[in-house]
Amino acid sequence: MKWKLSKQMKTDLVGYSFILPNILGVLLFTLFPMLFSLIISFTDWDYTQGFGNWNVVGVENFIRMWSDEWFTSSLINTLIFAVTVVPLTVFFALVLAVIIDKYCFAKLPIRLAFFMPYISNVVAVAIVWVMMYSPWGPVTQLVQAFGVENPPQWLGDPKWALAAIILMTIWSGVGYANMIYTSAIQGLPRDVYEAADIDGANEITKFFKLTVPFLSPTTFFLIITTFVTSFQVFAPIQIMTRGGPGTSTNVLVYYIYTSAFTFYKMGYASSMAWILFIILFVITIIQWRGQKKWVSY
Amino acid sequence: MKIMKNCRKEVIQKLIPRILFTILIGAAAISMVTPFLWMLSASMKLPLDVMKLPIEWIPDYFYPDNYKKVWNIGGIAARDYHFALAYYNSIKIAVINLAGSVLTSTLAGYAFAKIKFRGSNVLFLLYLATMMIPSQITLIPKFVMFNKMGLTGTHLTLILPGLITITGTFLMRQYFMQIPDELRESARVDGANEYMIWARIMVPIAKPSMASLAMVVFLWNWNSYLEPLVFLSDWRLYTIPIALTNFIEESVTEYNLVMAAAASALIPAFLVFLFGQKFLVKGLVSGAVKG
Repeated sequence: MKWKLSKQMKTDLVGYSFILPNILGVLLFTLFPMLFSLIISFTDWDYTQGFGNWNVVGVENFIRMWSDEWFTSSLINTLIFAVTVVPLTVFFALVLAVIIDKYCFAKLPIRLAFFMPYISNVVAVAIVWVMMYSPWGPVTQLVQAFGVENPPQWLGDPKWALAAIILMTIWSGVGYANMIYTSAIQGLPRDVYEAADIDGANEITKFFKLTVPFLSPTTFFLIITTFVTSFQVFAPIQIMTRGGPGTSTNVLVYYIYTSAFTFYKMGYASSMAWILFIILFVITIIQWRGQKKWVSY
Repeated sequence: MKIMKNCRKEVIQKLIPRILFTILIGAAAISMVTPFLWMLSASMKLPLDVMKLPIEWIPDYFYPDNYKKVWNIGGIAARDYHFALAYYNSIKIAVINLAGSVLTSTLAGYAFAKIKFRGSNVLFLLYLATMMIPSQITLIPKFVMFNKMGLTGTHLTLILPGLITITGTFLMRQYFMQIPDELRESARVDGANEYMIWARIMVPIAKPSMASLAMVVFLWNWNSYLEPLVFLSDWRLYTIPIALTNFIEESVTEYNLVMAAAASALIPAFLVFLFGQKFLVKGLVSGAVKG
């Protein structure tokens, strides 16, 4: 018997052949690992005991972590990190984008200067900032120049370490948000602004009544993406402070990393990775819901 | 006369805020690049001059040998940091993943945008949804998987997952969506099949978008840190970010060398940025525009 393919089936086959590499990649390197991760998150697997040598402990990992001080502190630090980095980055980027677009000469070089940290290798940047924060570095020197006699040991001081990394993160992220805002600003409807000019609206009014609402979809997008990336902060912590001093900069991904690859507690680390995923998922959903309320066009 | 005067007054009134804001924002922009300037200045100094106070922004004595030491040129280094090898590794991985990602994204992006196969919308949504999965959750399983597959100790641990990007597929689909269907239909009438249409019509017109994607993928790979840190254990395999962290551990006190190494690590990204700025920004921005 000879097989005859219908026209639709032929189209299907052609279509699937185009997306095959991507589907394979997602199955192999995202979905299958995720399933595997879910399974081992219910075990007490220690990597040094060898593959398969684990006990299923049910939800014990998920209960135990809430009385693990390292875990709770990492969660709190990550939260502090995200809720400071996100609004500050987005706010500075918006104000900058509007001012540069409207008032500045030499727009391009200024924008590029702000953008440079974003494309720079995070390790190189973190190393430079370690030196910037050192007692003989520019940050300390600047603070001393303003009359502070005993400036803190930024990264070595539990009170300042997280703030120091937050400052660096804002520095490196503001250029990206600024670039996104700039391209959104260029698409704003000019006639509405002209109408506002005729009505005698001043710049401040126009900013709050026109620009901010018009840019709300962009703001919304930036808040989600910055939040998600802030919640996954790892490289600066690993390079600059290793979670210290004490637990002051211990963040979630850093704790997951050390649990898994320093202490080889694969089961426990996987449970924490799932908590990270659940948090990001819930936040994304809440923000999508919220979008309808406050995105004004 | 009076009109002229008013006119001039208005121009000046407009000019003053512009000049003030340019100075203000310009100062902020300079402070943004200060860390880079400090890095360059320190990378040219003698070891002890790095810590000298007050800070010498322009060193009294330029010492470019730091770079020679980092790169092990001329045999003056106390030891070989294998920086050139790490550079080669990083470029190799970034270029392979760039080529792979552009190819797979252009294929899938075209199919999702234009070919009406059954299940395409559902598959695309599911595919996009996987973007929400943080890479940290798949890290441990991948580590175990690569061990089992015997891939540990090779660059395939970074290359195999790096050959596809979800953002890239999304980007290319967005691009192909706005290409009119007539182009495709007229080619079909001439007897071309989908593969020919893709290769001869779609790929050539999509080149600017492909260039944007290529630059974004290059930067991601060049700057990627967590995965190489976990998957690469042998110095012969190190990529630049890992070689850099290793470098600090080995030469803790020689800040001038560390800064020369950091400056060297920034060059490729800056070159990409310098020559492909328009494409790069387009790539970064178009991923951000609502779909």
